Amino acid sequence: MNEMKPVEAARYVGQRVPRKEDERLLRGQGVYVDDVELPGMLHVAFVRSPIARGRIRSIDTSLAREAPGVYAVLTAGDLARFKINMLSFYLSAPAIAIAPLATQRVAYVGDPVALVAARDRYLAEDAAGLVTVEYDEEDPVVTLDDARSGPLVHPDTDTNAAIAMGEEHDEDIEQRLAQAPHLVTATIKHQRVAQSPIETRGVVVDKHGDGELTVYISCQSPQMAARYISLALGMPQMSVRVISKDVGGSFGLKVQPWREEIAVVAAGIVLGRPLKWIEDRLENLTAANQAREQEMTLRVAFDAQGHLLASHADYHLNNGAYPHGADCNIAVSMFLWAAHKMPGFSFYTRGWYTNTAGLAAYRGPWAMESLARETVLDIAARKIGIDPIEIRRRNLVTRADQPCTTPFGIPLEDITPAECLEILLEHLDVAAFRAEQAAARTQGRYLGLGFATYIEPTAGSAGISVLASDVAQIRVEPTGKVTAVLSTHSQGHGTQTTMAQIIADHLGVPFEDVSIFEDDSSRGGFGAGASGSRQAVAGGGASIKAAELLADKIKRIAAHLLEADPAQVRIEAGVIRVVGEPDKTRSLREIAELAYGEPERLPPGMEAGLEVQYRYRPPPLTLTSAAHACIVEVDAETGFVKIKRWLCSEDCGVMIHPAVVEGQIAGGLTQAIGCVLMEQVSFDARGNPTAVTYKDYLLPAISDTPDFEYIHANTPSQAVGGFRGVGEGGCIIGPPTLVNAIADALAPFGPIPLELPLTPTRILEVIEGRSLAPKAPGHAPPAAIPAAPAPTDVQPVPSPLAAQVPPPAADSSIDGTWKLVLATPLGPQTFNGRFKSAGNSVTGSLISDIGTENFQGVLDGNNLKFDLKVTKPMSLTLKYDIRFDGDKLTGKVKMGIFGSAKLTGERIER
Amino acid sequence: MSVHGIQVTINGRRHDASVEGRLLLSDFLRMHCGYTGVHVGCEHGVCGACTVVVDGAAVRACLMLAVQADGAAVTTVEGLAGADGGLHPVQQALRDEFGLQCGFCTPGIVMTLAALTSGTGPPGADSLLAALSGHVCRCTGYQGIRRAAQKLGGGTQGEPA
Repeated sequence: MNEMKPVEAARYVGQRVPRKEDERLLRGQGVYVDDVELPGMLHVAFVRSPIARGRIRSIDTSLAREAPGVYAVLTAGDLARFKINMLSFYLSAPAIAIAPLATQRVAYVGDPVALVAARDRYLAEDAAGLVTVEYDEEDPVVTLDDARSGPLVHPDTDTNAAIAMGEEHDEDIEQRLAQAPHLVTATIKHQRVAQSPIETRGVVVDKHGDGELTVYISCQSPQMAARYISLALGMPQMSVRVISKDVGGSFGLKVQPWREEIAVVAAGIVLGRPLKWIEDRLENLTAANQAREQEMTLRVAFDAQGHLLASHADYHLNNGAYPHGADCNIAVSMFLWAAHKMPGFSFYTRGWYTNTAGLAAYRGPWAMESLARETVLDIAARKIGIDPIEIRRRNLVTRADQPCTTPFGIPLEDITPAECLEILLEHLDVAAFRAEQAAARTQGRYLGLGFATYIEPTAGSAGISVLASDVAQIRVEPTGKVTAVLSTHSQGHGTQTTMAQIIADHLGVPFEDVSIFEDDSSRGGFGAGASGSRQAVAGGGASIKAAELLADKIKRIAAHLLEADPAQVRIEAGVIRVVGEPDKTRSLREIAELAYGEPERLPPGMEAGLEVQYRYRPPPLTLTSAAHACIVEVDAETGFVKIKRWLCSEDCGVMIHPAVVEGQIAGGLTQAIGCVLMEQVSFDARGNPTAVTYKDYLLPAISDTPDFEYIHANTPSQAVGGFRGVGEGGCIIGPPTLVNAIADALAPFGPIPLELPLTPTRILEVIEGRSLAPKAPGHAPPAAIPAAPAPTDVQPVPSPLAAQVPPPAADSSIDGTWKLVLATPLGPQTFNGRFKSAGNSVTGSLISDIGTENFQGVLDGNNLKFDLKVTKPMSLTLKYDIRFDGDKLTGKVKMGIFGSAKLTGERIER
Repeated sequence: MSVHGIQVTINGRRHDASVEGRLLLSDFLRMHCGYTGVHVGCEHGVCGACTVVVDGAAVRACLMLAVQADGAAVTTVEGLAGADGGLHPVQQALRDEFGLQCGFCTPGIVMTLAALTSGTGPPGADSLLAALSGHVCRCTGYQGIRRAAQKLGGGTQGEPA
């Protein structure tokens, strides 16, 4: 275990200190993007597609250009010179071309087609209504079922499966499942939801000077936004400064700029006038990227005592038309059984394109693993006849089991979900509840108790380059006050408070004297800000390391001045003292004035000033554990669920600020309650969104949330400072906890559907044993629509992994240089392949930015097979299986535990 | 488009303006008068972020036209602090109870609570909590907001409303 270095006189870490952010926010003095006004600024409104799928026949902007107050109307052609490509969060090129404004086709209702810049937003919207766009409408692909059988969402692709990983049929696992004493199979469906930050997206762009751009944007990291804008516009020569002071929540939606923001930035360069676009709520609920919409069929085998034997997960994800990253959500498979003693596991996971708004992250994007696992464990417990607590005890990895590794090979050293569960049970009298539940049932009242446990990957630093490190720059100003510029970014996280607590402790200064700045990309170094629950771990570690360096320098200066041993120098409350020599003191201000103004008095050779930087790379993965329980009462008359109690037993490592930790958990849990009970982005059969205001898209209110009870455990992590992330956990563990409680309440009526949201209608269907809902039109296949003219680009959809076998062509040869694209879980990877054949043997090399790998392979007709051993990001043998035909090739690459990825290629040189 | 002369007292200061008939009070307060503490979250009266006090009553500034405020006294979150610059009791209670995170919904919640606690005698926590069910907060799970309301309402504890 990690030996915690004792913190000298920790005074602030662990305390509920008042948040530094709150004073300005409570007074309405925060600065959000819509609060920025610039001279000559124009306001943008978008013209958006009213159809989900079709071809743009013509765009007529003439009336709009003449409308009052209009400065310009721009379409895709006006921005073409930037050759913009919308990158993924990993900053890789997408598998499909994504432009900020629609070019020849529209792919979802809300797809931006044109941009109007006018004197104010009212006039911009007036003019947007005067733009006439003619479309050739085509039948849309809306649901996952549509995607599997319908026409191509993107005509340039050969399948709607954006990406597929894993093995559909693993013989060994199939045998274990077939032979097990107990096999539980369930299909779990998670609806599509909207992240719904209460502040929508927004951007202000200001081109000035000689190729300088200042962008104000509502985002999760100004650093990330600046890097993204520069790369997406292909303008690394332009100096892009991003400012983002206050942000009204993000939850994954604002993790990177997207089409509208980039369109406005490009338009601002074209027009040379400051532009502002603030998304309205209608746009946010229809055209902003959305989240979840996935389904999993999970099969789990148990022995007679309820011990896990094997499992297979078949998982589908709706990527929409233009996802932030074409994704099959590999983390779902990776963490499904990560905290359990699971002897055998395989999975098959697919992400599908549809004619709906694209997928984005949402707090715990992989949360489906906990929902599926925890609900199926409860079903198994009922089937096997053991208690839901007991089935978890028998299968969770405990402290005594570690170190060990997960089915994916992730090392576990210090996870504590089993221990969190036992601590939880000290605060919940389960026997008393069961008695109360039994008594209530005799009166027609239905109480339920649900449990869930999980581990959460936080602050990952391996394999995803943008998440590799965070940076802290700390200086003691000549005034003696401390300012720190960090690559963290608060959108409610309170990092201006928590990072100040850490720095104050490690520097030995008052909390009030520390100011944190994280709002301006030009003031610090790169970091991804709020992503993947990383800020406490990565930002906290960077802050500690930088503060220690600075404290060390201060002590060496003081020792030199006071003729003392540096080891005997202490910094306490901003005063420097020498142990045992009460006369020898200096204020921090005195030291600072000297360090900046009289460097000749510093120790010989020491750099002037009191400022340091430390870039910290946290451990590859820091895991947070928790066990939750909740008690509900379901009203059998109305189907309404009342949450009566909710207990959170979590292990966040060293706790910086209890109220901030609890605030993160409570916020996540409330979003979980929304997912389980009410939130739903819905579409009709033509792909029209049908929940477009907050009157239709329901969000949890104060009356929907209980008082959450917290039990904190504090197992220090391996990271500097011992912190663990808590940003996403509530939204991951919340759904199964609540679903299990509802299932327990309704047990007398039979099983509940594992399909969210569990609306009163769905619950009454269980209670009354009959269908109450009219068939949702959104689930009708498009084929039911009166036949439209058959689109010309409809192709049979081949299975994503079964490469079409072309007839052998006698003159075909693999020789030459090929451009290859491998669809990996981190997005498409592009590299070149050089092949040279001699008889049936082939030598070659794969060349990418990272380096060159050589191989030898075997040719069989038009089929080439070869193996490649790689060591990054982990040791893997990649097994290539390629079929080539003329100048095209397709194939698959087996990547060990990660299953298979699709390979496509084109010859660029013979 | 019709243009109307209006006179509105905002946070004790008189504003004379000519506004279009369709201009929302929220946009008038933000763009014409500079009170950017009025936050617009949904523009259809559900989220409550834009709540201001008009002639003593909490109203949604996105559901009211600027011309309708002609002759009225409007208080925004910027006008709440005491003469000494200190936080209003509602602001202080939210601060003490960590009743905010991102701060975007906060001004609306502050104004609803300020309107309902401005009378003589405690308003009762139940009535405050009932009013707060008309405000959406996406960050806090309402935990600190509920504690603040209970404190301001006279300390009624018990089941969530």
